[in-house]
Amino acid sequence: MVARLKQIACGLIDWIDARFPMTKWWNEHLAQYYAPKNFNFWYFFGSLALLVLVNQILTGIFLTMNYKPSEADAFASVEYIMRDVSWGWLVRYMHSVGASLFFVVIYLHMFRGLIYGSYKNPRELLWLFGMVIYLLLMAEAFMGYLLPWGQMSFWGAQVIINLFGAIPFGIGDALTIWIRGDFAVGDPTLNRFFALHVAAIPLLLVALVFFHIIALHEVGSNNPDGIEIKKNKGPDGIPLDGIPFHPYYTVKDIFGTGMFLILFALIVFFAPEMTGKFLEPDNFVAADAMVTPEHIAPLWYFAPFYAILRAVPDKLMGVMAMGGAIGVMFLLPWLDRSKVRSIRYRGPLTKIAVTLFVISFLVLGALGTMPAGDVETLIARVCSVIYFGFFLLMPIYTSIENTLPEPDRVTMK
Amino acid sequence: MSKAIRTLLLSMIAPALVLVSGGVSASGASVDVHVDIDLGNQAALQRGARTFVNYCVSCHSAKYMRYSRMAADIGLNEELVEANMVFTGRKVTDHMLVAFDPEDAKRWLGQAPPDLTLVARSRGPDWIYAYLTSFHRDADRPWGVNNPIQPGTTMPAVLSGLQGEQEMDADGHLHSVSEGKLSEAEFNDLVKDLVSFLVYVGEPAKLVRGSLGVKVILFLMVFTLLAYLMKREYWKDVH
Amino acid sequence: MSGDEVDLGRRRMITGATAVTGGVGAACVAVPFVSYWEPSVAAQAAGAPVEVDISELRPGEKITVEWQRKPVWVIRRTEEELATLQGHDDSLRDPQSEESDQPGYVTNANRSLKPEYLVMIGICTHLGCSPTFDPERELESGWSGGFFCPCHGGKYDLAGRVLNGVPPPKNMAVPPHRYLSDTVILVGEDEGVA
Repeated sequence: MVARLKQIACGLIDWIDARFPMTKWWNEHLAQYYAPKNFNFWYFFGSLALLVLVNQILTGIFLTMNYKPSEADAFASVEYIMRDVSWGWLVRYMHSVGASLFFVVIYLHMFRGLIYGSYKNPRELLWLFGMVIYLLLMAEAFMGYLLPWGQMSFWGAQVIINLFGAIPFGIGDALTIWIRGDFAVGDPTLNRFFALHVAAIPLLLVALVFFHIIALHEVGSNNPDGIEIKKNKGPDGIPLDGIPFHPYYTVKDIFGTGMFLILFALIVFFAPEMTGKFLEPDNFVAADAMVTPEHIAPLWYFAPFYAILRAVPDKLMGVMAMGGAIGVMFLLPWLDRSKVRSIRYRGPLTKIAVTLFVISFLVLGALGTMPAGDVETLIARVCSVIYFGFFLLMPIYTSIENTLPEPDRVTMK
Repeated sequence: MSKAIRTLLLSMIAPALVLVSGGVSASGASVDVHVDIDLGNQAALQRGARTFVNYCVSCHSAKYMRYSRMAADIGLNEELVEANMVFTGRKVTDHMLVAFDPEDAKRWLGQAPPDLTLVARSRGPDWIYAYLTSFHRDADRPWGVNNPIQPGTTMPAVLSGLQGEQEMDADGHLHSVSEGKLSEAEFNDLVKDLVSFLVYVGEPAKLVRGSLGVKVILFLMVFTLLAYLMKREYWKDVH
Repeated sequence: MSGDEVDLGRRRMITGATAVTGGVGAACVAVPFVSYWEPSVAAQAAGAPVEVDISELRPGEKITVEWQRKPVWVIRRTEEELATLQGHDDSLRDPQSEESDQPGYVTNANRSLKPEYLVMIGICTHLGCSPTFDPERELESGWSGGFFCPCHGGKYDLAGRVLNGVPPPKNMAVPPHRYLSDTVILVGEDEGVA
């Protein structure tokens, strides 16, 4: 009986394979994709990012079934989902918590790339695809946040779109009106942000994630030691330090998924607002163009860049600094002149630089969520200098420092 | 096992830091008082509902809250609610609206009394408690009262019949100058119940999400343990 | 090489246990998403029973109300109209209303609680159009009066019973209803419900 079923299954697989490269893809990208065997904790975040993307799309589609993208109905439709729709509150929280956790996962994923030199040759394009995904994700989150049409939604959008007004030569004003579709943030803005958030950007994101993974598989994964496992192959052509992604990393990622879901559930069920960091209290007040909230701040994941923006006294220069803070990350593969990939074998200068960078990024993040007094602005300026210094001085400190010899084979540290 | 524990602990750090940093969970002036809300206390929620309907709903709507939902959630008989709380001609499944037009309210009161469905999520229970207990005499104001929590408020001291009246001295402290129907302790309990009710109204799902969360997380822990054992088993191959 | 040999049995068991647990989890997650599509509280509230005031309804007239997004007719039939309901069982597909959708308390020829007042869902049982009320129309030679559906020619008598030889398969449905008083009908709720 079982043998007969197996026969049918094999027959079906053969029928498909004659018409579609199913088994070929399965082997090339899973069962015979050889990944380094020394992946550590930092290597969970790629698959977790994919998990969160699926969550956002699934919960997002369901929210779209009840959400109404008009000025008159948006806020009420969200409360309708929270109260009248069966399990609506859970779908909403999964989406809002998922959005914040998306950025936690992505920042940790990018940090892994940073410390192990995963952006270095031949993975520059992989890094660039990732940076474009990051930009799209920021746009997606920004547009998504307008949709509940609360006070923070409205005024946050108003402020950020007005930043484009800083562009000189008359371009700025025309641009802000063009983006909004109106003279202030209003119904046209809400409707078009809805279209972009629900359809356009998700499609782009999925396509780019696909390219990102293809680019990765083309050159093979990096690892914590930063050495190329393809340099040491066995007689069968398989890297000696490589193991097939399936079953070893599928199994490991399932475990990682479980741990992540526990964290996700803790937040969704016990602290979905996260003391006002994930769902801001002002956003429980419907948008009012006549009343500005005391304290307008973007959500925490934009905070570091917002802090840099505010640190610069000039509006245009501030906007350029904020854009530059993101743009400089694109240049990372070419700023880094080290002969060595992983931070494990770098010299003391890089280690100090990375430490200072992380501290400044976290401090800027904290400052970006607070009102800006004199002390805060001073600290923000110091941290902005450190932030840019990390990147702009990199060609110097990465070429002059003494590095350690890289091992021939991976270490299971 | 140590790596898994390290992973778990590391992943807890960020949310722990946020919680410890004690962000103000609502906008508006931070207040000194802290009130403990127990949504499991149905009697308190019922008392709060009664206060809300008797004193607040004449001016303030709770336009996202249905009477029928409230009845079901806090253990009130739907027919009693319909008879005693719902305006004639309206149904028990209707939302808690006010009888008058907001435009009229603007003319009579200066501004339309805001809808209160989500006030507990935007201001927080502590703020509401402080506000409702801090009305004091002020001869310069149209209603003869003012409130340090929301200076210049256009709301009259609706509960002064219960609390009595207060005056503010030069240091900014409030003291009672006339008695109301309730003692100070009784009044504070009444306000606490009302605030608890408003917390419920702000998020009815709060009644269930905690207990559901426990079940979900227990399940996930079992699943994750099995997944870990599976991982360790397969990784015996890898040296 | 460690001393552990691959114990396939153990491996299969743990994989199986994890897969089954994962499957249970996935099924549990599916529940809220499936339930999400249920009519919301707003839809249910909109589908609540509807009161119909028949104090002004004269013989031969029809009132239409909306209940659960469907047209419900309350028709006050005249004596003559009631008389036409007898004696033509042969021309009807289901004269005893055995197959039709109706509460147990209207299984008489009039298909109503009170003979004069017909309470009926005004939707043709063929493909959902709403028939016209045409008490004067000649439906079959020998007797007249009833409902005619313009979409595909469905014909019903004045109790909503479908004639033979027309597309609709069943008599028009009667909704649950009861009398709150002599002048008020509550559509959507049965007798015996408090």
